[in-house]
Amino acid sequence: MSPAPVIPTDSRTPHWRAWLLLAPMVAWLVLFVVVPTAILLVYSFCERDEVGRVLFSFTLENYRRVADPVYLRIFLRSIGYAGLTTIICIVVGYPVAYCIGRAREDWRQRLLLLVMVPFWTSFLIRTYAWITILKQEGLLNGFVQQLSPTAKPFDLLYTPTAVVIGLVYAYLPFMILPIYGSVEKLDGALIEAAHDLGAGPLRVFSSVIIPLTMPGIAAGTLLVFVPAVGMFAITDLMGGARVPLIGNVIQNQFLQARDWPFGAALGAVFMGLFALTYWIMLKLGAHSEDSVA
Amino acid sequence: MPAPLTAAPRRRFPSGIRLVDYTLTGWTALVMGFLYLPIIVLVAYSFNRSRLNIVLESFTFAWYQRVWENGPLLRAAQNSLLIATVSTVLSVLLGTGGAWLLHRYRYRGARSLQTLVAVPMVMPEILMGISLLILFATAGMGLGFTAVIIGHVTFSFPFVLVAVQARLKGLDPAMEEAALDLGATPLQAFMLVIVPCLRPAIVAGALMAFTLSWDELIVTFFTTNAASATLPIRVFGMAKVGLNPMLNALSAIFIVATAAFVLFSNYLKKLSR
Repeated sequence: MSPAPVIPTDSRTPHWRAWLLLAPMVAWLVLFVVVPTAILLVYSFCERDEVGRVLFSFTLENYRRVADPVYLRIFLRSIGYAGLTTIICIVVGYPVAYCIGRAREDWRQRLLLLVMVPFWTSFLIRTYAWITILKQEGLLNGFVQQLSPTAKPFDLLYTPTAVVIGLVYAYLPFMILPIYGSVEKLDGALIEAAHDLGAGPLRVFSSVIIPLTMPGIAAGTLLVFVPAVGMFAITDLMGGARVPLIGNVIQNQFLQARDWPFGAALGAVFMGLFALTYWIMLKLGAHSEDSVA
Repeated sequence: MPAPLTAAPRRRFPSGIRLVDYTLTGWTALVMGFLYLPIIVLVAYSFNRSRLNIVLESFTFAWYQRVWENGPLLRAAQNSLLIATVSTVLSVLLGTGGAWLLHRYRYRGARSLQTLVAVPMVMPEILMGISLLILFATAGMGLGFTAVIIGHVTFSFPFVLVAVQARLKGLDPAMEEAALDLGATPLQAFMLVIVPCLRPAIVAGALMAFTLSWDELIVTFFTTNAASATLPIRVFGMAKVGLNPMLNALSAIFIVATAAFVLFSNYLKKLSR
């Protein structure tokens, strides 16, 4: 199955040379994406000895532990946090994306640049910005103190609210950009046609605009929901150790508890969740290319 | 979505919905404020002399100087620079070659290959991190620079590939034909005709790969050792402890660098249009 050239004129191309260009990429993907995933799945059925070494065997024990209410609750909590983050991002980001997509050309470019800067700034830096604001000796409290010196300083950091603020702040640009991509392709004539046919603004929005921009919403959800479920750095920084999410547990199994097979089983379940989300979002019209700004 | 019959100009809303228009604009301004206020505050306070950064005292460059004199941070910056440079070069090679082959030839498995390329772009970083950690452990390979670079290339090169592929779609196939007709070998045609046309996309992809690598925390977290710790790893460690004016200064540098990067790649995009 050598690559058949598209253009008939160069059928004399030595095919193996073309493969030489492709081979490194295929090898890379197999070696560092397919094989590691396969090994992860194998590990999830293994056991470990007292010092944390992995014993190759077949056991369902790890998965039984994943089903333990403690971990199930953490899984559900992670999905809840990520789901809430996604919904807030859609509600907050959709109007912004719509506004940018319908703006005049010069403004569109400027606004787009404004979204790009946070999009490309490390989430770590942007999360740290919120720490300086929310911490007890931080800016918010300092501000309140200046207004009324008697007010008791409060600590917003290390609360669930802080975690959600951090997640929304980190992922909002990842929702705005794909939705913008869909809005930009929206044909204004269709909206006018709907109006002409007697649809009210709400009806136009729900039956014309939303379905047409669904691919953008789906792509944004993929970019926000999936990483938010597994995020451990933001939850570490904004929630302390008080709100463990599944990412924190997985990270802990690999780096502190050194129970790799159990960590692998948690990872495998998360992988299943990821695959399911990916599949649903593709059905809703998300394109993987949309993830590139 | 059905294609518009005519290339109708973008129309403004029917006049009855002016109010919605204003609300949208106001909301957008608010959200931009939400996105930028924390960043601006951070940059402003990086020049503040006070240690407990509540009150703006007097202007100082002291924290920047502290960053400059901090050995571990400088070493981390060097590591980041090295890792980002090497993984950018590898990503460009893998991504450009891959894009050409995916674009130019038809063969069985091409579609699955295209799907497989997209996986590292959307796969949660923590899953990539742990699976690479397990791979390196199984292979008996130690963690460190090589492991980190492998991880970074894996999630960066698809972005280069997609950028180059988008550019290839707009390219006239006759160019390659002409080169071949004039006696170039396919490799010459690719190197001398196609690659120069792709330059803006390659540069944009390279910038993207560099930034992704420079900012990356999660995959690095699982594949690094103490000697190869990158800047984000150090920043994460410092931020966990709490507030640190040095971090404000460092963050400000990051933010300004990112803004410059965005402006530059936007300029490149305009060039390639």
